[in-house]
Amino acid sequence: MFDFLGDYDILGAFWTTIQLAVLSAVGSLIWGTILAGMRVSPVPIMRGFGTAYVNVVRNTPLTVIIFFCSIGLSSTLAFNLAPENSPTFIIDNGFRLAVLGFVAYTSTFVCESLRSGINTVPVGQAEAARALGLSFSQVLRIIVLPQAFRSVIAPLASVLIALIKNTTVASVIGVAEASLLMAEMIENESDAIILVFSVFALGFVLLTLPVGLLLGWVAKKVAVKR
Amino acid sequence: MSGAPSVLYDAPGPKAKARNIIYTVIFGAILVLIAYLVIAQLAEKNQLAGEKWTPFIESGTWVTFLLPGLGYTLLIAGLSIVIALPVGAIFGIARLSDHKWIRTVAGVIVEFFRAIPVLILMIFANEFYSEYTDVDSDNRVLFAAVTGLVLYNASVLAEVVRAGILSLPKGQTEAASALGLRKTQTMTNVLLPQAVAAMLPAIVSQLVVILKDTALAGGALSVPDLLRQANVISGNFGNTIPTYIVIGVIYVVLNFILTSFASWLQKKMARRKKTPKGTQPLIDAPSQITTTTQAGAAGTGGGI
Repeated sequence: MFDFLGDYDILGAFWTTIQLAVLSAVGSLIWGTILAGMRVSPVPIMRGFGTAYVNVVRNTPLTVIIFFCSIGLSSTLAFNLAPENSPTFIIDNGFRLAVLGFVAYTSTFVCESLRSGINTVPVGQAEAARALGLSFSQVLRIIVLPQAFRSVIAPLASVLIALIKNTTVASVIGVAEASLLMAEMIENESDAIILVFSVFALGFVLLTLPVGLLLGWVAKKVAVKR
Repeated sequence: MSGAPSVLYDAPGPKAKARNIIYTVIFGAILVLIAYLVIAQLAEKNQLAGEKWTPFIESGTWVTFLLPGLGYTLLIAGLSIVIALPVGAIFGIARLSDHKWIRTVAGVIVEFFRAIPVLILMIFANEFYSEYTDVDSDNRVLFAAVTGLVLYNASVLAEVVRAGILSLPKGQTEAASALGLRKTQTMTNVLLPQAVAAMLPAIVSQLVVILKDTALAGGALSVPDLLRQANVISGNFGNTIPTYIVIGVIYVVLNFILTSFASWLQKKMARRKKTPKGTQPLIDAPSQITTTTQAGAAGTGGGI
């Protein structure tokens, strides 16, 4: 009863899921840190932009954002992320637009986690740094953010796990990742839907569980002892 | 935090003020440039034309598409939360049971449904209902959407409730048993009410997650929710961008109200407890999102 599983490229689909997750995670970490920097900066317009961006994007459903990236940006506004004459245009473009959407969305959660991490740094640290004559960007880069990062590994792990699960949303714009393949398989093999579901559920458990355990261990390891 | 606007930087002197003005101008210029490029592109693709926007000031569009869609979205979210809350509470309590097998079974179920994406739960539930039950297809997608949302969110809420109960002082249980209350009575009359009160902000933020996830059902199962109606409207009027902006605003307003309510609740709770000396925060406390993790539920990506 298991032989039909070999007819489908399950590993390939999960590989796309992993690629989506890794690229989006790196992007969100960078953009989220920049947003957090803006939100605590002394320049009011940057604070305003950061706050507005986070509040708007965080409260929009991810599905709406992904649809907007595909239908709005690509189909309507002709904003594409792959060369239009390339033979793999549709695949590449969909994949990159999905990553763009995930980064835009997930970075708001990275930003908020980081801000709560900044709060775990004792006031004296920032005061001492200022007393030494460090500027705002130096205080943030050298003193506050390194300590903040170490204390938010656990919340960031939650964000990463949520991101891995959220990559399934890319299937609504046709990116060939795990959930799209599952929808196809469950349609074709209607007598084995529980088996198909179990295989994909197991795949996601295998992706998310080690990430949680590993980063939980890292979080304990690097926690700032106070 | 008194005096200077933040402990992260000094109150600006003349030099810093001048520098801040330069930064403001540069950053403002970048924003204006981006806005210009976006608007130019919108205009080129004819998305700014008046007739693309007029559907949204006509009552017909609202009565035919947007309000039914919004109603459907709220129906899915409402059903899900009404079912998920009690189920979540039961599983949260079951994970704290004195009987090992109950603890283990509840733990495995909760961890399993938290680890897998809502979308594949919905797709599976939809196919499962079509294969093994004879619900008609309109109700089937609704049931599938609610099933997926309930399974996932009940598991998250179970962790929230469990963390809430664990955060209560041990004296509560001891005092209850000294009064001769049974285990069930202790749980329902003493622990659960306090845990739910303490976890209210986290529960309200979970509402936001449910509301946002309803859009998954519109995207993947084609239930006639707000997102699906957006596709219908933009198909009718050829106004993709205006439609997405309008439904985006509706979602954002709904969720922003809930998020603000959650942070208000959290601040209200925090004021009740005295903050120990020397732990005042560097910046204004960011809103909710990490509540669950902070409360000790080993985080498996609850609140997004």
